[in-house]
Amino acid sequence: MITNFFEGIGAYGILLTKVFRKPDRWKLFYRSTIKEIHLLGIDSIGIVVILSVFMGAIVTIQTAFQLSDDPLIPTYYIAMATRESITLEFSPTVVSLILAGKVGSNIASSLGTMRVSEQIDALEVMGVNSANFLILPKIIAQLFFNPLLILMSMFLGLWGGAMAGDLLGLIAFQESISGYQLEFIVFENVIYGLIKSIVYAFIIGSVSAYCGYTVKGGAVEVGIASTNAVVRSCLVIILSNYVLTDLLLN
Amino acid sequence: MIQAKGIHKSFKENRVLNGVDVHFNRGQANLIIGSSGSGKTVFLKTILGLHQPDQGQIIYDGEVLSEMSKQRAKKLRQEIGMLFQGGALFDSMTVAQNIRFPLEMFSELTAHQMDERVKFVMNRVRLEGADSKFPSEISGGMQKRVSIARAISMSPKYLFCDEPNSGLDPETAIVIDQLIHEITHEFDMTTIVNTHDMNSVLEIGDHVIFMKGGHKVWEGNSSEVLKSTNEDVEEYVFRSKLFKQVRQALR
Repeated sequence: MITNFFEGIGAYGILLTKVFRKPDRWKLFYRSTIKEIHLLGIDSIGIVVILSVFMGAIVTIQTAFQLSDDPLIPTYYIAMATRESITLEFSPTVVSLILAGKVGSNIASSLGTMRVSEQIDALEVMGVNSANFLILPKIIAQLFFNPLLILMSMFLGLWGGAMAGDLLGLIAFQESISGYQLEFIVFENVIYGLIKSIVYAFIIGSVSAYCGYTVKGGAVEVGIASTNAVVRSCLVIILSNYVLTDLLLN
Repeated sequence: MIQAKGIHKSFKENRVLNGVDVHFNRGQANLIIGSSGSGKTVFLKTILGLHQPDQGQIIYDGEVLSEMSKQRAKKLRQEIGMLFQGGALFDSMTVAQNIRFPLEMFSELTAHQMDERVKFVMNRVRLEGADSKFPSEISGGMQKRVSIARAISMSPKYLFCDEPNSGLDPETAIVIDQLIHEITHEFDMTTIVNTHDMNSVLEIGDHVIFMKGGHKVWEGNSSEVLKSTNEDVEEYVFRSKLFKQVRQALR
C-alpha cells in the first residue's frame, strides 16, 4: 500500500511534466481552453449560486443563535462573524469541495472514457502530446475560473446572510452591510480566499485528471476513477487547507 | 517498408512476444492473424511505439525507431495512420472535425485547403453528407469509414488497422476490407492489419503472418494460406465448417 502510494505520487509528477509543455498548436489549445471554461466553470455557476446564498443564510442564523444569549454583544457582530466564516473558510473551501465533486468527476470520467475507448491512444499515435492537449486546458480553465466562482460565492454568501438575517428579524439588512464593512481587511478577507481558491483549482484539475488519464480497464474502472478523483481531490484540499491556513494566517 | 527484428516483449512474468522477425512490404496489405492471446495486438502496439520492446528493433524504411530523435519520432507519427478496433473517434467532435483534426494539428494548410482535403477523403471513403453528424449518430460501419478517413487525411506512408471488422456485419466488413485494400494500393502505403477474420485474409491478404504464443509461425499470402500444411495454421484456418468444406473441395 505504501509502495502504491509513492508510485502514485511519482506517476502524478511524471504526468504533470508531460502536461506542462508548450502546446503543439496554440489555436487548438485556446479553443479547447474556452470550451473547458464553459464546461467546468460557467456550467458550475448555478450550483455555486444556490450553495453560497443558503450557506450565508445558515451561517448568519447559526451565529445569531450563538450570540443572541448575550445582550451586551452588538448585533452587527453577527454580520462580522458571518463575514469571517464566509470569506475565510466557507467560500474558498466548502465551495471548492463541492466543485471537486462536480468538476472532478466530470474531468475523471471524460478522460477515463477517452482512455478506455482508445481516443487517447489515437492522439498518441498521431504524435499529439495527449496529456498536454487534454489536461492543460482543464487546469488552466480551473485556475482562471475557480477564483471568479469563489469571489462570486463570497459576495452571494454575504448577501444571503444579510437577506436571511433581515427576513427572520435577526439583524437588519443595513446593519449586516455595516457589520460586513467593519474592520474589513482586503488581504485577510479576499486575497487569502483567492490564494486558497487558486491552489484548490490546481488540485481539482490535476488530481482528477490524473485519476481519469491513468484508467485501465472498462466502464467499471471509469466509475471507480471518477469516485477516486472526488475522494482524493477532497482529501488533498483538506490537507492543503490546513497548511495554507497556517502559512497565511500565522 | 517496416521491419521487425527479433522482438521480445514481456509484461512482468508474462512473455508475450518471443523473438518475432517480420518484413512488412510497401504497397501491400500485410495481415497478422492468430488466436486471441497470440500476441498480435502487443506486436502491433510495439511496432507503433506504444510499447517499448525488451529486445529487438523496429525499423521504418531503414531508420531504427528506438534510435530516432524525439523530433524525428514525432514526425514519423504524422506519417502513420491508425484505424482502431472501436474506431476511437473523438466523440465531442463531428465527423468532419474528426477528419480535420490531424490537419489542424500538424499541417500548414489554409482553412480552405483543409476543407478541400476533408471533402476529398470523405468522398474517397464514401461518407458524403455525414460531415455534421457526431460519431454516436452514425452506424458502426460508418464510424470505421470515418476512422479510415481520419487515418488517411495526412496522406500517411504507413497504415495500421486493429481488428477493422470487429462488430460489423459481413457485408460491411467486406466493404471496409476492400476500402483498406484499395487505399493501400492507391496511396502506396505499408499497411498492417491485425485480424481474426478469415474472410479478410482471403479478400485482401497480400502478405499474411500467422502468430501463435508470441512467435511468427507461418507467413505467405491469401492463396497459400488455404494450402498450408503447417499444423497450427490448418487448425486456425479450418476451424469452421465452411472452411473445412473448402479444404475438402481443394483436395
